[in-house]
Amino acid sequence: MSHEINNQQDGVIFDKSHRGRSNDGQAPHVVAKSDTIPTALLRNTPPLLPEVSEMQTVRHFTRLSQKNFSIDTHFYPLGSCTMKYNPRACNTLAMLPGFLGYHPLAPVETGQGFMTCMYELQEILKEVTGMKEVSLTPMAGAQGEFAGMAMIRAYHDARGDTARCEVICPDAAHGTNPATAVMCGYKVKEIPTKADGDIDIDALKAAIGPQTAGIMLTNPSTVGVFERRITEIAKIVHDAGGLLYYDGANLNAILGKVRPGDMGFDVIHMNLHKTFSTPHGGGGPGAGPVGVSERLIPFLPVPMVGYDGEQYRWLTKKDRPQSIGRLSAFAGNAGVLMRAYIYARLLGREGMPRVAEYSTLNANYIMVELQKKGFDLAFPSRRATHEFIVTLKRQAKTLDVSAMDFAKRLLDYGYHAPTTYFPLLVPECFLIEPTETEDKDTLDGFIDAMGKIKHEAETQAEMVKAAPYTLPLRRLDDVRAARELDIVWQPREQTE
Amino acid sequence: MPFIPHTENDVQQMLASIGVSDIETLFDEIPAELRIRSLDKVPAGLNEMEMSRLMRARAAGPQPLCFIGAGAYEHHIPAAIWEIVTRGEFYSAYTPYQAEASQGTLQLIYEYQSMMAHLTGMEASNASLYDGASGLAEAVLMAVRANRQSKSKRILMPATVNPNYRSVAQTIVENQGITLELVDYAVEAGCIDVASLPTDPGDVAALVIPQPNFFGVLEDVNALTDWAHAHGMLVIATVNPTSLALLTPPGEWGEHGADIVCGEGQPLGVPLAGGGPYFGFMCCNLKHVRQMPGRIVGRTVDVDGKDGFTLTLQAREQHIRRSKATSNICTNQGLVVTAATIYMTLLGAQGLQRVASASHHNTQVLCERLNVIDGVASAFTSPTFHEFVIKFDGVKAADVLTALTAKGVLGGFNLSEDYPGLGEAILVCVTETKTAEDLSAYCDALTAVMVELKGGVA
Repeated sequence: MSHEINNQQDGVIFDKSHRGRSNDGQAPHVVAKSDTIPTALLRNTPPLLPEVSEMQTVRHFTRLSQKNFSIDTHFYPLGSCTMKYNPRACNTLAMLPGFLGYHPLAPVETGQGFMTCMYELQEILKEVTGMKEVSLTPMAGAQGEFAGMAMIRAYHDARGDTARCEVICPDAAHGTNPATAVMCGYKVKEIPTKADGDIDIDALKAAIGPQTAGIMLTNPSTVGVFERRITEIAKIVHDAGGLLYYDGANLNAILGKVRPGDMGFDVIHMNLHKTFSTPHGGGGPGAGPVGVSERLIPFLPVPMVGYDGEQYRWLTKKDRPQSIGRLSAFAGNAGVLMRAYIYARLLGREGMPRVAEYSTLNANYIMVELQKKGFDLAFPSRRATHEFIVTLKRQAKTLDVSAMDFAKRLLDYGYHAPTTYFPLLVPECFLIEPTETEDKDTLDGFIDAMGKIKHEAETQAEMVKAAPYTLPLRRLDDVRAARELDIVWQPREQTE
Repeated sequence: MPFIPHTENDVQQMLASIGVSDIETLFDEIPAELRIRSLDKVPAGLNEMEMSRLMRARAAGPQPLCFIGAGAYEHHIPAAIWEIVTRGEFYSAYTPYQAEASQGTLQLIYEYQSMMAHLTGMEASNASLYDGASGLAEAVLMAVRANRQSKSKRILMPATVNPNYRSVAQTIVENQGITLELVDYAVEAGCIDVASLPTDPGDVAALVIPQPNFFGVLEDVNALTDWAHAHGMLVIATVNPTSLALLTPPGEWGEHGADIVCGEGQPLGVPLAGGGPYFGFMCCNLKHVRQMPGRIVGRTVDVDGKDGFTLTLQAREQHIRRSKATSNICTNQGLVVTAATIYMTLLGAQGLQRVASASHHNTQVLCERLNVIDGVASAFTSPTFHEFVIKFDGVKAADVLTALTAKGVLGGFNLSEDYPGLGEAILVCVTETKTAEDLSAYCDALTAVMVELKGGVA
């Protein structure tokens, strides 16, 4: 059936290794063997690393890169991930030698240019979120969440209010929310989402009480709609003595339009790799700065950048004795923060609301066009924000073609699949987020492909269920991956 | 409009399709009283040319000779690495949720896991954590889960572990009832004296062993590992990956080897860059792999029997287990891991060993030469890897460092704040990047500074 031959070049790097091949040009000169280290502490056999040439290395990893879908090569409407264009200038300028060579423990007077950027980024993020102060140090969204919940805990503890042991999360919340609450020593109480996508306020009122430390919300929520009664929710939570945590996953939808600080949130984390367009890098590094309202300022994680009118310097636990402490060895993912800073300056104050406007326009356009093609929307009475949910429950039921089958077939059409099976409460869902950087032709191509796949599902379901066909590989055996665990390459036999 | 491709015609067609008159209408579900009109404190946008000029000015300035380590190390980074890492296909891809469309990233992570496991002498590796400090915190949480014999949630944390790592671990684990108990070091040796450890330490979940330790000193890892195992503890190794080209891999420490190995991956091809992004590595043996946090990639086959790669053991993770997950971690440090994988491939075992040896050698040379200077002496007697501690007699460490900076030498990391008992001391690091001339420049600068500060010749 297959006309492909097994391409030798597709093996793992270890398969290409030959003993004795080396890159002398990359290694320092040989020095005399040290006799100062006791033999008992020395390694007996060298580690098993590949022995390949520089040329082989470059070719191998370049070929690997070509097996990826990416924003630079494909439309990537992965909901809740904000896969927008990553401007090249952000990378080039963050990688100037003066920044790359800067040691994190070097005297601050030798890095004032770097520190200026970090300080100004703090100021910009304060303004766009409406929060009173910002710490840049969390290294990812999940760590920002941790910092946020740890601050809420520190706040209650500092007031001697130690009976608060529960955190409320909507059932639509991202998995990191409940996982984070537990890491901060809290129990999680889930509340349901109503049919129109908003939180069930009656359920919130029933769940809340003197045991409530706070609530974790995303707004626009993970189901792609704006929580309309947010002011009322904030009042209910505050009246009960709880605090409001804002998951900044969907900040792209409201940038320059409405601010979490004005909605009543006490603490927020931002995903700079989403809203501020730093690279997703195949799964990181991200950056998850946190912003807080007045009452949480003393608890912000250190270090932060301070300015005394003459010099920028690091603020540490000495300056902030009530801080929840450090989250990283140094000051977080500085290079990511630098890229976000550059992006923010390129956008400027006039560019930020446009991000919300055009990402929302794109999402609403796809939503309406897909509905015209006969797709079911999860929340048909609502506007899309920067994303929206299609449910393929009907197709799964009547045609036995699942959301995952649609997703795999989309890959054949040259589109990365939207987020599937998240949020968990919408069956067979597609969470679609086009972002503002996609042009109308691309959106039309995607809409067209979705329509064609729907037709294929109706007429040749078996074909769709076995997709993809055009990628380097067909569908993978996940069960075998977990059962016959092969996570580290081992030599099959001695090769010379 | 920067980065927004819409023409006026596009916008009109799209609005007509949606059935609204303008974009503002799309925001009509947001309560009007919450809307803002402008972001006054954000500066107006710059074009790329203006921004380039601004950033080049901020990145400009003299690049001093850097002898600071203390957790971030300057090594040669082959040009090929970041050329490949910043290819759009790696740079702008995301977590490989659609395995068929992410084989490049997945295979690379599998190769990374393999290299880290071989380097540390362990059976398994995850796809990375945020950095060495938070990785140690995750290792502590993992040890408490994995040590089923222990009920205590007590962890022994030597004072010779990087103080910032200890402080990060404290931040991350304290809300879970875990206590980190300090283990002191021998004042002369600069490392833990195994003979001084208690014969009955009680119920303890794990001992952390740094190698080399924060002072650059080599711990007696074999004896420490055996002592911990004899008392029912797991061993968490926090190690420098470059050093492992020379030193016993943690998997071979003592009778049974370390149980969890973590550390900072930055020395493997990642620039200093003001402190990040770096990555934390974490390895363990297969019996503990289901307790490991973070992404793991496995090799499997597709429906045609072709080899391929996919995320595996996902039942540990937050997107499946939610509040019962091993950690709240969602992603890894993908792009930085890409750099480290290419670095280890380009260097190979032999190249990495030469980096380690040259760094060690240069360190010994500089240490001997500095010891000759009046008022300067090594703080410890034990062997070191690529860092060492020197103490000053009659002058402040802070003043020495300030004066050295003025001469274009970043002389080291001031230890007097974290270790007041040491007196006026600094931690000096030398890697393979330093030439004989660089070492002489340091010696000359310090000699002059000592004279100046001691009120000698001005």
